[in-house]
Amino acid sequence: MKQLKRNGQNSSDITFTIVNYLLFGLFTIVCIYPFYYLVINTISANDLSARGAINLIPKAIHFENYKSLIEIKGLGTATMVSVAKMVIGTGLTVIASAFLGFMFTQERMWKRKFWYRFVVITMYFNAGLIPLFITMKNLHLSNNFWVYVIPTIVQPFHIILVKTYVESLPKALQEAAEIDGAGIIKVFCKIVLPTCTPILATVAIFSAVNQWNSYQDTLIYITNQKLYSLQYLLYTYINQANSLASMVKNSSGAALSSSMVATQQTGTSIRMTVSVIVVLPILCIYPMFQRFFIKGIMIGSVKG
Amino acid sequence: MRSANTTSKQMFSKKRNDWRSFSYFLWILPFLILVFLFSYFPLHGWIYSFFDYKPPRSLAQCEFVGLQWFKMLFTNKTQVSQLLQVLKNTFAMSFLGILTSFFPVFFAIFLNEIKAKKFKTFVQTFTTLPNFISWVLIYSVAFSLFSSSGMVNTILKNWGIVTEPIKFLDSDSHTYLWMLMWNVWKNLGWSAIIYLASIASIDQEQYEAASIDGANRFQLMRHITLPALMPTFFIMLMLSVANFLNNGLDQYYVFQNSFNKEHIQVLDLYVYNIGMTGSSYSLATAISMLKSIVSIVLLASVNVVSKKVRGESII
Repeated sequence: MKQLKRNGQNSSDITFTIVNYLLFGLFTIVCIYPFYYLVINTISANDLSARGAINLIPKAIHFENYKSLIEIKGLGTATMVSVAKMVIGTGLTVIASAFLGFMFTQERMWKRKFWYRFVVITMYFNAGLIPLFITMKNLHLSNNFWVYVIPTIVQPFHIILVKTYVESLPKALQEAAEIDGAGIIKVFCKIVLPTCTPILATVAIFSAVNQWNSYQDTLIYITNQKLYSLQYLLYTYINQANSLASMVKNSSGAALSSSMVATQQTGTSIRMTVSVIVVLPILCIYPMFQRFFIKGIMIGSVKG
Repeated sequence: MRSANTTSKQMFSKKRNDWRSFSYFLWILPFLILVFLFSYFPLHGWIYSFFDYKPPRSLAQCEFVGLQWFKMLFTNKTQVSQLLQVLKNTFAMSFLGILTSFFPVFFAIFLNEIKAKKFKTFVQTFTTLPNFISWVLIYSVAFSLFSSSGMVNTILKNWGIVTEPIKFLDSDSHTYLWMLMWNVWKNLGWSAIIYLASIASIDQEQYEAASIDGANRFQLMRHITLPALMPTFFIMLMLSVANFLNNGLDQYYVFQNSFNKEHIQVLDLYVYNIGMTGSSYSLATAISMLKSIVSIVLLASVNVVSKKVRGESII
């Protein structure tokens, strides 16, 4: 009898295990496949990919799509803007988060609790789109590169992350340095900064991804095409990919021969190629830095 | 003499301490100014909702209209029906979001049951990936797969299931469900991480004790793992209730087109559309101001609920 019962359990166990593996496998494929689809279509014959004929295996591999990107107006500038806002924005946010996160652990600071709340409470309210737009305009930040960077320097969530981390460090380190006569800035640079690298890496990755992915800032504050970010440019491309294709066709100035059809730019090919360029940095850094993200969300949730 | 000396010494050291405590403040002052400039100062823009603001004219040159915009929101017939539709969309999307908020819990519980470590890491790595992809790119992906010349339609045509391509994107059918689907696809793996972390911190002895008492795998999941995740789930649920009106602009803006506009316009997108595209700055400000106030009330009440239930506040 007992034996039977155990067998029954085992069989439902096994079914569960199989279904579980299958479902997770399936969902993972659903998560990866779109990116794979983009990549194989950009390196396959363009006439096939425009018809949607490339689904699993790339056919007639070529790299003309990537070479012809240079001819697309605005793409170079937008890439520079996106890289610049990512690098500068991340750098400043990391410094600010590290410094503020550390300073808010200093109990001797004048009205520390009040100022900490003053910063953190801003996570929970928002003046709204139009007031922000008008403010940026009045501060001469609209149509200005710095609108990407300056408003995002102070990030309450990142400050909380650093503060929680610094609080977990032994206080004796700072005390010893202060007895040796080190000022607060020296303590910050020489002691806190080096010990905080893990959490600062987390903050850096979070803000780098945010900067790279944001398009709302361009949408709202920027009208000057020279300041478009790559994401926003991609959005405009999706909506006008066909006219772009003709632009590239004209600039190469050649008549269509059958052998060229495969490498001739189409709306689809341009849209997908730019998409790959936009997603590539994330795809490359993501697997390496995944543990930092996870660490970040865990520390954040402890605070939660 | 001696005691006077000590007091002056104490005074001196107190002064020095005062100065140090103030100098710490001075160091962070520049950042506080930034916070003020970009979070508090814009609040003054709410007064625009009491004017008929028409840039490039300055506010002083514009007419003060008092509560006209607020009255219009509740009395003007077309305005009311439009706003009701927008609210309906906002509520529907948020409600569907809350309804599916238990997905990550089960994702975490079931992923925890997978014993092959490599497969588990693999699944976790790649299901969190979409969370780090921008909405613009997701729209690009959606366009590649679901547009009339996209992969899905091509396959359906080749297999002879349809003759005319199905319009997945350029139509208003099942807009709520499509938006929900993209949202789940993007966020499921990522939201599960927090629950996976909670599972990892469960005391293993509980499982061992229960197994010895004859509990099977499903009973362990049901009676040990699931209850252990409930506190986190509760916080997440409360936060999504607090954000009920804040669906954001990112997702809906990229997927919006002239076909699905009626059902995709959530409050944030509506404010953008009438404010930035339609240039009714004052009306848009009035709406977003009401939205902010309701959101703050929601957050405060959720905080009270959380204090009552868990004895701990969320904020």
